Amino acid sequence: MAESSFSAIWLTLKLAALTTAILLVLGTPIAWWLSQTRSRWKGPASAIVALPLVLPPTILGFYLLVTMGPNGPIGKLTEALGIGLLPFSFSGLVIASVFYSLPFVVQPIQNAFEAIGKSPLEAAATLRASPIDTFFNVLLPLAKPGYLTATVMGFAHTVGEFGVVLMIGGNIPDNTRVLSVQIYDQVEALEYTHTHWLSAGMLTFSFAVLLALYLLNPTGRRK
Amino acid sequence: MNTIRACVNVAFPDYSLAVNLELPGQGITALFGPSGAGKTTLLRAIAGLERAHDSCIRVDGQVWQDDAQAIFLPTHRRAIGFVFQDVLLFEHLDVRRNLEFGMKRVPLSQRTISLDHAVDLLGIKHLMQRQSSTLSGGERQRVGIARALATSPRVLLLDEPLAALDMQRKHEIMPYLERLSEHLKIPMLYVSHALDEVAQMADHIVLLEGGRVRVSDTASSLLTRLDMPLAHGDAAAAVISGHVVEHDPEFQLACVEFSGGRIFLPNDTIKLGQPVRLRIQARDVSLTLERQSGTSILNILRATVVDLSDDALGQVMVGLDAGGTRLLCRITRKSASALGLEPGKSLFAQVKGVAVL
Repeated sequence: MAESSFSAIWLTLKLAALTTAILLVLGTPIAWWLSQTRSRWKGPASAIVALPLVLPPTILGFYLLVTMGPNGPIGKLTEALGIGLLPFSFSGLVIASVFYSLPFVVQPIQNAFEAIGKSPLEAAATLRASPIDTFFNVLLPLAKPGYLTATVMGFAHTVGEFGVVLMIGGNIPDNTRVLSVQIYDQVEALEYTHTHWLSAGMLTFSFAVLLALYLLNPTGRRK
Repeated sequence: MNTIRACVNVAFPDYSLAVNLELPGQGITALFGPSGAGKTTLLRAIAGLERAHDSCIRVDGQVWQDDAQAIFLPTHRRAIGFVFQDVLLFEHLDVRRNLEFGMKRVPLSQRTISLDHAVDLLGIKHLMQRQSSTLSGGERQRVGIARALATSPRVLLLDEPLAALDMQRKHEIMPYLERLSEHLKIPMLYVSHALDEVAQMADHIVLLEGGRVRVSDTASSLLTRLDMPLAHGDAAAAVISGHVVEHDPEFQLACVEFSGGRIFLPNDTIKLGQPVRLRIQARDVSLTLERQSGTSILNILRATVVDLSDDALGQVMVGLDAGGTRLLCRITRKSASALGLEPGKSLFAQVKGVAVL
């Protein structure tokens, strides 16, 4: 297999791992708020979180490109801060992936929080546990299946992204050329043998991930 | 004596709770009333789970909430034990770690009840290694009560702990609750809408209606007051305090002496001299003007009619005095008229031995 393929695989895994980690941290408070709030902003907020589910990735990529570009508000900010422009960089790719995979992480966690409800948290409070104590020792352990789903879905979905990457990351070897772009390139160059290797690898990976998810996740097998 | 002071106001859009109570700092106090009376809301406000406004909650000399001084301790800083109707054991922990959850969070210096003691009182030693999801309803509730006790609370709050259980499980748990109030010096606030539970266990009763306190009094007096709803209906009962003076091993009967005489009931477990609390339901008492012979009825007590009040269709509730102990008797209006019942009339109250609870 070509060295460029290894580089693409490594880059893809790095991107997916980083994106998932960021999303788990970022998604927890969002999921918590969405699961608890009775605010009239819950509807709009849920819709925004869910947008990447229905939006063509190229459109998401396009808007990110515009806002992070030299004339966009984020682009101006990052340039003023001396970070430079984010499009066509690995950091830009991470930011784009965070948006792109947001619902895949937030929704399972939110569902888990909603299923747990207030009662176990109240029980913990009557047993002298402070809110932070309760979060780490009651809520998180009870929401474990939700977090497992969120991690797997967020990771796998990021691995599979293509449209957003193409728009915002381009095709720079070792920097933004991820697996799906590499496969696209090889097909364009009519290198079907390589394509088969990578595609079959991806197929196996995706199946293994989902299989692991369904085997590990105890929901539905209890009782 | 340490008391519980609860001046609680909670406002919901369609309903409000406004009570001002001074409750005994020992024994079991029942918060009784129909659903929607505000019993659970009051209990939750005392626990800090419901945010009451303009309220003052003081337990055992400690101020937990005083809105006049802007004091509000969050739930986790109140020394409560709370027993939920649906128990809410932590499913991700086994029984032992459920029990330890609260105890570990109480500073050593404030622990007055050891885990072993709590486990013994509820008889759950054999369950310690089990996963919480494998327990039966009755077992779960006992673990839930022990878990609350292990935090060494200054008050034990119980929110309909038996309501989700069937009759058999209920009777499995009740003796444990009664033991708690005997063995621990912790006041218990017990929410219930089941009169039989209340009559069986409560020392003090607060009757709530529509978010207000209708009356707050000792159980023995409140249960038999004819102007109160507790002394009416099928479950109306009088509570008798006495002690066992005799056993009849041949017929497996215990004899309990109280101010109004002696009562025999089938029992071979209560020890001699032990104080007991008996419940005699109004519908199990009949009246006769002369002492009957040749009857199967075991207990015949001399009594005087104190007051009468209409009960359900065609029935009257008769309040009796038996040597200083108040009894209730429910009979048809026809019988009352045939016997010429009126206050001051002296007669005999008959109670079947098997009807004494």
